[in-house]
Amino acid sequence: MNPPILEMRNISKEFPGVKALDNVSFRVREGEIHGLVGENGAGKSTLMKVLTGVHPYGTYSGDILLYGELQQFAGVGDSERARIAIIYQELALIPEMTVYENIFLGHEISNGLVIDWNETIKRTAEVLRRVGLDINPSTKVKDLGVGKQQLVEIAKALHRDVRILVLDEPTAALNEDDSENLLNLLREQRVQGVTCILISHKLREVIDVADTVTVLRDGQTVVTLDAHQGEVSEPVLIKHMVGREISNIYPDREREISEQVAIEIKDWSAYDSGLGRFILQDVNLTVKKGEIVGISGLMGSGRTEFALSIFGNPEGYNVSGQMFLGGQPFQFNHPGDAIRAGVAYLTEDRKGKGLILIQDVKQNITLANLREIAARGVVDNNAEVKVANEYRASLDIKTPSIEQKVQNLSGGNQQKVSLGKWLFVKPDVLILDEPTRGIDVGAKYEIYTIMNRLVAQGMSIIMISSELPEILGMSDRVYVVSGGRIAGEMRVEEATQEKIMDLATDY
Amino acid sequence: MFFKNLQKVLRENIREYGMFIALFIIMVIFSFTTNGIFVSSRNISNLLNQTGYIAVLAVGMTLVIVIRHIDLSVGFLAGFLGAVAAVALQFWKLPVYVVIPMTLALGTVAGLITAFLVAQLGIPSFVASLAGWLIYRGALLLVTASTGTIIITDKAFNAIGNGYIPDFPDIGILPGVHKLTLLLGLIALVFFVFNEINGRRKKQAYNFEVLPMDMFILKLVFMTVLVGVITWVLAGYNGLSWTVVVMLLVVSIYHFVTIQTVLGRHIYAVGGNPEAAELSGISVKRLTYVAFGSMGLLSALSGILFASRLQSATTTAGTLFELDAIAAAYIGGVSAAGGVGQVTGSLIGAIVYMSLTSGMNLMNVDIAYQYVVRGAVLVAAVVFDVATRGKGN
Repeated sequence: MNPPILEMRNISKEFPGVKALDNVSFRVREGEIHGLVGENGAGKSTLMKVLTGVHPYGTYSGDILLYGELQQFAGVGDSERARIAIIYQELALIPEMTVYENIFLGHEISNGLVIDWNETIKRTAEVLRRVGLDINPSTKVKDLGVGKQQLVEIAKALHRDVRILVLDEPTAALNEDDSENLLNLLREQRVQGVTCILISHKLREVIDVADTVTVLRDGQTVVTLDAHQGEVSEPVLIKHMVGREISNIYPDREREISEQVAIEIKDWSAYDSGLGRFILQDVNLTVKKGEIVGISGLMGSGRTEFALSIFGNPEGYNVSGQMFLGGQPFQFNHPGDAIRAGVAYLTEDRKGKGLILIQDVKQNITLANLREIAARGVVDNNAEVKVANEYRASLDIKTPSIEQKVQNLSGGNQQKVSLGKWLFVKPDVLILDEPTRGIDVGAKYEIYTIMNRLVAQGMSIIMISSELPEILGMSDRVYVVSGGRIAGEMRVEEATQEKIMDLATDY
Repeated sequence: MFFKNLQKVLRENIREYGMFIALFIIMVIFSFTTNGIFVSSRNISNLLNQTGYIAVLAVGMTLVIVIRHIDLSVGFLAGFLGAVAAVALQFWKLPVYVVIPMTLALGTVAGLITAFLVAQLGIPSFVASLAGWLIYRGALLLVTASTGTIIITDKAFNAIGNGYIPDFPDIGILPGVHKLTLLLGLIALVFFVFNEINGRRKKQAYNFEVLPMDMFILKLVFMTVLVGVITWVLAGYNGLSWTVVVMLLVVSIYHFVTIQTVLGRHIYAVGGNPEAAELSGISVKRLTYVAFGSMGLLSALSGILFASRLQSATTTAGTLFELDAIAAAYIGGVSAAGGVGQVTGSLIGAIVYMSLTSGMNLMNVDIAYQYVVRGAVLVAAVVFDVATRGKGN
């Protein structure tokens, strides 16, 4: 058994009004992959911020020991010198710079005055080989897919000879292929002696690669499990994470689908003049009233572009094809047209494109349908409060007040606010793009329950998701998108993960 | 207990009250350094009249900055349109009731042209409006080239910048005091107090947090004294000037529109997150037209106020107005990051800014030092803004 490379002892950290970490102890052995799981708000990120010096020594209580030596990081620079690196969910690369510039940013090879670009490029090529990335070092980062960018980030950490590599939700934005690549890479790095701490909501991944798993709940360590002793499984982890057993991840529902077609898309194509190619070609799709239709596909397959092209086409693609709502032909020139016609779209990018973080819960909920609570353009404040309180109650949004700024809510509750916004426009067709990305098991279950309630009331839902179990667990029918085309359509009873992956990767 | 409450309330609402406190402190300081001349009826009246044309621009600039843009063209646009109004009055002999709407319409069109460049062609507003700055500066010189300064002789036009509202006929009570001004001040006060009490009651009905009773009363007393003193001071001179009336009207209308209407809410949504706003069915383009169009309209108004005050159009009218207006908006708590800032804040910002000029002029401070002090106050205001961000509401 290897000795602990890192030991965090009795760490406590308080924010005004909240005890984020309460006497947490965390031990990592050298050379292992250590999974760190827990619901949102359990304290995973705070713990890693303490480790990397984002919360400097003195702002927390407890000890950090590296190889048994007490560390007092005054900032991120100190933890970097101790060869600890963290890769965040939001990538920290500069899109307009090349791969080699990014990798050596802040650590340029120079004779003190002039940068040696040839040496830089040579070493970049070496470190790219280590992460199995076959690209030209002079490629600009913005021209790479998210999966490759993620690998560049890892290469950046590796060339600095890290001993401990922390990955915060590294696969959240990746498709299954890229995720698998990344996990394989982690396994290899373990062999090469790099210790990894992996934070992820995707429990299956953690179970796949981790040697040890620590579960946090409400700022406390619940348990540390050894995967080699067979202690780790999904139900066991979930039980520890939520403190109770969730027997079924997907709530049951009575499937009552009418024969009435809610939305029909015919011969739908979209051309992106920026990219100079078709991103959607000859897509045909129907959704019936009361039906949940899943759209599965890899990142870049055209799933999100399809949703946007229906929803008033804010990206300005050249769209051709026909759309029928309740049998009537429609054409939208702006998301506003779509909303008025009863189509709503919940974006996959909750913080970037979904919410107005600096505004409060009630303003976010009423935003897309302010006219409903206004007379002659003047907003009725009382009506607004009433509406916001209704959705707060019916969606169980956990917030101290509807006047709380949305940026202060947890991911799950932010997602409920977004959902509330779209329910308030009272749509007939609700498009959900990655509705449960980055939110915890408990909140996921609640969102699924809400979806079931909505279709029972006669709404139609199109759900785009990268998570195959979610597609299989929630949909009535599944469309698989690949390369901008519908690669297949099937009833959920006929669908399997293998079948879907097979179609999704079939160009 | 009272002081503890006071401390807590001040700390939680420091952003909201900071401006008023700063203005109060500046006024007290200048009162001492000028032996009370600063707070004399005559000076306060002049100060507010000078603030007029900057405050009007600052109000428009607030919307532009809130939606994450900037408009540098407004100063010379105001100067240019002031000259156009002068030419229309003096050379074309158009009546004033034609000239003013025409000027305002021209301003709106100018604003919409900037909006077209920004919204339709995607040119950064800094560049588009810098081009406007150059073009309107040239246009101003062209208009005034043959004649130099154009003297305006129209009495009605000149009254906007120099005249005062009429008073009731003298019936013996309160001699030497402008009674209509007092009455209007009183009405405004009653309206304000009624509004505050009503708002507090509604908030309580929803179980929202409200100020503790003693703090609420303190706030009412503070505002009552402030409005009361200003009204009394103005009534002691010539009463309300038309400039102040115009300024207050503009601020009231814009305050109502931004806070209480769908349009206003959409503007803040676009400023808070343009992509989210677009996906919520709000046309960012349309609101860009609205913000720049209104900016053009208010530039025209500012130009009219300034030309009327000078009773002439000069070759340098409007120089640096845009930077004064931007400074006033930032001092008034408008965030450069967008989505945050109120027109009432910008009004106070403009008054603070002009108070500095007025006070230092009375003290005979060298103009060189005046610029340094104004710059320091701008930095201090923005530092304060950044430091208190995230605190309170």
